[in-house]
Amino acid sequence: MAGPRTIHLTVNGAPREGWVEPRKLLVDFIREDLGLTGTHVGCEHGICGACTVLVNGEAARSCLMLAVQAAGAEVLTVEGLARDGTLHPLQEAFWEHHGLQCGFCTPGMLLTACDFLKDNPSPTEAEIREALSAVLCRCTGYQGIIKAVQAAAPKLRDAR
Amino acid sequence: MGTVVVGTSGRWVGRPLKRVEDPRLLTGTGTFVDDLPFQNVHHAGILRSPHAHARILGIDASAALKALGVVGVITGADAEALTRPFSVGVSAPIKYYCLAVDKARFVGEPVALVVARNRYLAEDALDLIRVQYEPLPAVVDPERALEPDAPVLHEAVGSNLACHRRLVYGDPERAFKEAEVVIRERFRFPKFGSTPIETYGVVARHDPVSGVLTVWSNFMGPFIMHPLVARALGLPENRLRFIIPPDIGGSFGIKTSIFPYIALICLAAMKTGVPVKWIEDRREHLLASSSGTDRVTYRELAARKDGTILGMRYRWYDNVGGYVRSPEPGCTFRPIGNWVGPYRFQDLDVEASVVMTNKSLTGPNRGYACGHLYFETERMMDLLAERLGLDPAEVRRRNFIPPHEFPYRTPTGGLYDSGDYPAAFEKALTLARYDELRREQARARAEGRLFGIGLAVAVDPSVSNMGYDTVALDPQFRSKPEYLPKSGATESATVKVDPLGKVIAILGTAPQGQGHQTIVAQIVADELGISPDDVTVVDEMDTFTRIWGISSGTYSSRFGSVGSSAVALAARKLKARLIAYAAHLMDLPAETFVFRDGQVSPASGKGPSYSIKDLAGRAHWHTESLPEGMEPGLQATAVFGFPQANAPDLQDRVNSSNTYGFIAEVMAVEVDPDTAAIRILRYVTVHDAGTIINPMIAEGQIYGGALHGLGGALYEELMYDEEGQLLTGTFMDYLVPTASEAPTIEIAHVVSPSPFTTLGAKGLGESSSMTVPAVVANAVSDALAPLGVRINELPVTPTRLWALMENARGAKR
Amino acid sequence: MKPAPFEYHVPTTVEEALAHLRHYGGEAKVLAGGQSLMPLLNFRLSRPAALVDINRIGALSYIEEENGTLRLGALTRQRAIERSDVVRSRLPLLTEATALVGHLPIRTRGTIGGSLAHADPSAEYPAVLTALEGQVVARGAGGERILRPEEFFRTYLTTTLGPDEILTEVRLPIPPPGSGWAFEEFSRRHGDFALVGIAVLLLVEGTRCAKARLVAAGAGPVPARLRGAEEILERDGLTEQSFEAAAARAAELVEPDSDIHASAAFRRHLTRVFTLRALRKAARRIHGGH
Ligand SMILES: Cc1cc2nc3c(=O)[nH]c(=O)nc-3n(C[C@H](O)[C@H](O)[C@H](O)COP(=O)(O)OP(=O)(O)OC[C@H]3O[C@@H](n4cnc5c(N)ncnc54)[C@H](O)[C@@H]3O)c2cc1C
Ligand code: FES
Ligand code: FES
Repeated sequence: MAGPRTIHLTVNGAPREGWVEPRKLLVDFIREDLGLTGTHVGCEHGICGACTVLVNGEAARSCLMLAVQAAGAEVLTVEGLARDGTLHPLQEAFWEHHGLQCGFCTPGMLLTACDFLKDNPSPTEAEIREALSAVLCRCTGYQGIIKAVQAAAPKLRDAR
Repeated sequence: MGTVVVGTSGRWVGRPLKRVEDPRLLTGTGTFVDDLPFQNVHHAGILRSPHAHARILGIDASAALKALGVVGVITGADAEALTRPFSVGVSAPIKYYCLAVDKARFVGEPVALVVARNRYLAEDALDLIRVQYEPLPAVVDPERALEPDAPVLHEAVGSNLACHRRLVYGDPERAFKEAEVVIRERFRFPKFGSTPIETYGVVARHDPVSGVLTVWSNFMGPFIMHPLVARALGLPENRLRFIIPPDIGGSFGIKTSIFPYIALICLAAMKTGVPVKWIEDRREHLLASSSGTDRVTYRELAARKDGTILGMRYRWYDNVGGYVRSPEPGCTFRPIGNWVGPYRFQDLDVEASVVMTNKSLTGPNRGYACGHLYFETERMMDLLAERLGLDPAEVRRRNFIPPHEFPYRTPTGGLYDSGDYPAAFEKALTLARYDELRREQARARAEGRLFGIGLAVAVDPSVSNMGYDTVALDPQFRSKPEYLPKSGATESATVKVDPLGKVIAILGTAPQGQGHQTIVAQIVADELGISPDDVTVVDEMDTFTRIWGISSGTYSSRFGSVGSSAVALAARKLKARLIAYAAHLMDLPAETFVFRDGQVSPASGKGPSYSIKDLAGRAHWHTESLPEGMEPGLQATAVFGFPQANAPDLQDRVNSSNTYGFIAEVMAVEVDPDTAAIRILRYVTVHDAGTIINPMIAEGQIYGGALHGLGGALYEELMYDEEGQLLTGTFMDYLVPTASEAPTIEIAHVVSPSPFTTLGAKGLGESSSMTVPAVVANAVSDALAPLGVRINELPVTPTRLWALMENARGAKR
Repeated sequence: MKPAPFEYHVPTTVEEALAHLRHYGGEAKVLAGGQSLMPLLNFRLSRPAALVDINRIGALSYIEEENGTLRLGALTRQRAIERSDVVRSRLPLLTEATALVGHLPIRTRGTIGGSLAHADPSAEYPAVLTALEGQVVARGAGGERILRPEEFFRTYLTTTLGPDEILTEVRLPIPPPGSGWAFEEFSRRHGDFALVGIAVLLLVEGTRCAKARLVAAGAGPVPARLRGAEEILERDGLTEQSFEAAAARAAELVEPDSDIHASAAFRRHLTRVFTLRALRKAARRIHGGH
């Protein structure tokens, strides 16, 4: 069965449907078929992390998943982070602490940090660095990003 | 963090304003080239040479042409028939086309292109193209490539030497004769690139009716790219339109080298008649986008016993890969005006060889050639200190250009605008608590630990003068009547007020993450006495609608000085018009008015004021009210150019850049004697970039630059085997430092405003990328001084360092 | 970098999956977490006729303790292992090693079975399986085969798993309480495959080292069980001298290769350094010490 098939999934809280060839990468489906171009492609082999999205609440590389594998899943992309026009605390902190320059790595950084802080709400700086080592940034030297995650952690803890 | 915030020079300039760009980028609503929507767009896949050096005997694309979704295949034969070779910056007869024509000269060189309905199908069709190659022997080492029996890449050139210049300034012969000490050393600098996370992207659409080819691409010019592509395609420049999308995902110089692909995708769009899109993938990027050159250097330094440098000799072998792609050989000549760095010596002898080998092509990479330069010079300074038994800080102190000599003319023609090198250097030493670090080192050494302290200083050039590259041609060539000299560094900006009083600033630059919208809003807000929120900044380049020049673009740290100057001047022009208009309305002389808080008011304080909004309304709605001779509308355009950007003279002296900042750094490291792992304990960097417009953004540039330098110093190298196969073709093997490898960076500033720019600002974009290779090499060498290990080759990987340590220990045993 | 076309099947039972694999006679590939296979597909270095995606076989994902053995379904995600309290209390060596596998988003998808089947000699799990003297269960048309590490790993990226077999379960014996353990490795960047990794398990009786297990990753074509070094510890006890002797012996026993990241000599040297570090750490942990 190499031909296209229908998939149903939830993306940023809304039900979506797609008609995809099995070999289509999830990231290409998100960008091309759903028009959600906030998720970026930087390497297509799992290293750069620009394509990271949340699949059923957990950070995953959308370049290392097929779109068909996301059938039935809940996917959250960077477009779904802000709620009702209010930035997510991580987005606010990235803005405040200059956690981005070109912004190309930013979606992957945000979603990786989002998942990480769920597992580890009070991380040390070294733990933050380890978690963020999943995503490459070539602009910021990571300094602003680390500060942003440090600043967002207590806000997210309080929000729980 | 020892962050020192500089004094503010305006209400908004000098403040760490949050960036205007961020909300869209944080919410995934930015627009990068791959995000642009197009009708009926088709996708290109590029077939690349698997051989480092091979003759192309034939290409059979018949099966690919029949494959599902394919609308066309382009080969070297098309490139040869329909395009011209790109102009190259050397006199050697090198034919460089957008597709390999007769031979492939590096692994990854484009050989054919498929246009298909989507990228998946295009890649399927690539598998069906049969190319018959005759593999030829390859050469990858620049010194080996110059041996008489080395394989020759370009038969028409006759050897692999693309350019050779011997440049002598002052009397180096005498300096070396009079020297009390002479130091000689050989260095190797690696081939690495900044690998922006967003790769190259090009979309081209040909309109058969108007004949216009429109290109959307994440280049950062138009710079020289537009004329280069127009000429290659044989198109009049007014039929070639370049547009950049609102957002570019980093460049660091790398995206300058996209232009051959622009020509290629244009060719595909013209030939197939459909809009064609190509997004480079990471494999393609590592194989065949761009990188800095790898260089072999022989250095000699003549000095007196007190540490005074008398002169230097540089012998360089710069490896530009299979062809010379413009603006190469800038790798050799870009820093010509600051070849002597921050030091006073006058006698210099440079022998530069630009060599072609079977590696991928090179081009500007953050710090363009300065990382190479200062790695060598700063290592030599430490070697001199070691030889003389002096503290490395002292050796530098004794050679700095003194502050009272600015503006300072270097022997190579550079005109250093301003600076206080001793002050900045001492600030770095103080911030790092250098003396305390040395005491700590003594204690550590007593315990047998490998603790090292490195220093590095650099003159940080920005805003390249278009003329520097022509030093690649010898003065006789440049004196021919038919030769067109090159010089200049300009940028334009327009500031306008719309009928309801809101201000729009339009730039001629193309940022890739530097926050120009924010910075420009700060500048305009200060000039017009309004809030940055009232200023909308348009920074999308469109060659049909923007005012641009041959040097326009965001590279060589141009924006901070030349772009900001153009913006401030445009705002000032507009301000003068607003004043003239208000004076006319009140029938009073213009001199009696001042511009304050967004209003034009009588200086006396008596009488009514006119707000910008008020004046805008009148000027737009009621043109009759304008003074005679004032053109309607409220806009002002300024083109800022540096008068100091001259063409090289007959002695090959040229002011290669237009502002020159300064960097002083201190790094402390500890090397694990068992694993050769390097831990960075302290890293202090002090910058003098003149007036700082937005300290937050400035620091971001420094952090990023430092990490690029660190990549080249410790992790990143495009490695090839003897046969010219790339060994680091994935991000698993080409190691980009992550958050875990990034050191904590302590930044401080010294401010020597540039007398040549409107706001006194200099560039800062390349910053520490040019010093970190040097400071790391010096720190690690210092750590390993007890073993006698010297770092003269980068990157210092654990396996290399361990081998050096083992050798040294073996020799000691 | 887009995969070549393939047929795609999503079975929900192992039997169904096996039937698909048989149908393609060696031309199909099992897709588990995809963290190794997907890059190969994207680079077109792997072009299977079909993918048999086992991600919907719920029965392959579990962590169970039974008679002194931890049984993990092949599809158990690395992230689940990292978070598992049972694993942390019974097999802390596995928890420690898991944190060293790639990065968080990799572990979200990556599976233990996939890592073992992929058989990268630098990977952590193959070394842990070897150190724990665990077993893997391979199911094929002819039923189940239970394989010890030395029967399973053949060479670089190659196991004895047949093309129509599926790895269904990993069985890891739980060491007696009081044992010492450590996983130590050297990598270029955080999250990278190790240049050399060392798994150590020390089983003690009183103050005697009853059994030592030492395994090197990244220092040969398969995880290297360093029996000669283990014998030194079992014979001479857990002293600094015996650690040093064992580490030196370990460096002699491995057969590393050179690549762009490390020469064979450096890997051999790292084997000594990290064996020593791992042994010291493991010894400190005996009887619950830190
Ligand atoms: C950025 C990055 C960093 C990484 N770093 C590390 C690291 O440091 N250490 C490390 O160990 N790994 C690392 N990995 C690899 C990761 O751990 C993979 O998850 C693992 O190697 C493969 O597991 P998988 O479930 O993803 O298998 P897949 O990728 O789905 O499959 C891998 C191979 O095993 C086969 N296979 C999978 N499951 C079965 C089964 N049940 N039965 C039969 N065959 C099967 C597949 O057919 C395929 O050939 C890294 C990966 C990435 C992308
Ligand atoms: S694009 Fe997916 S990790 Fe780089
Ligand atoms: S902000 Fe540009 S890559 Fe991270």
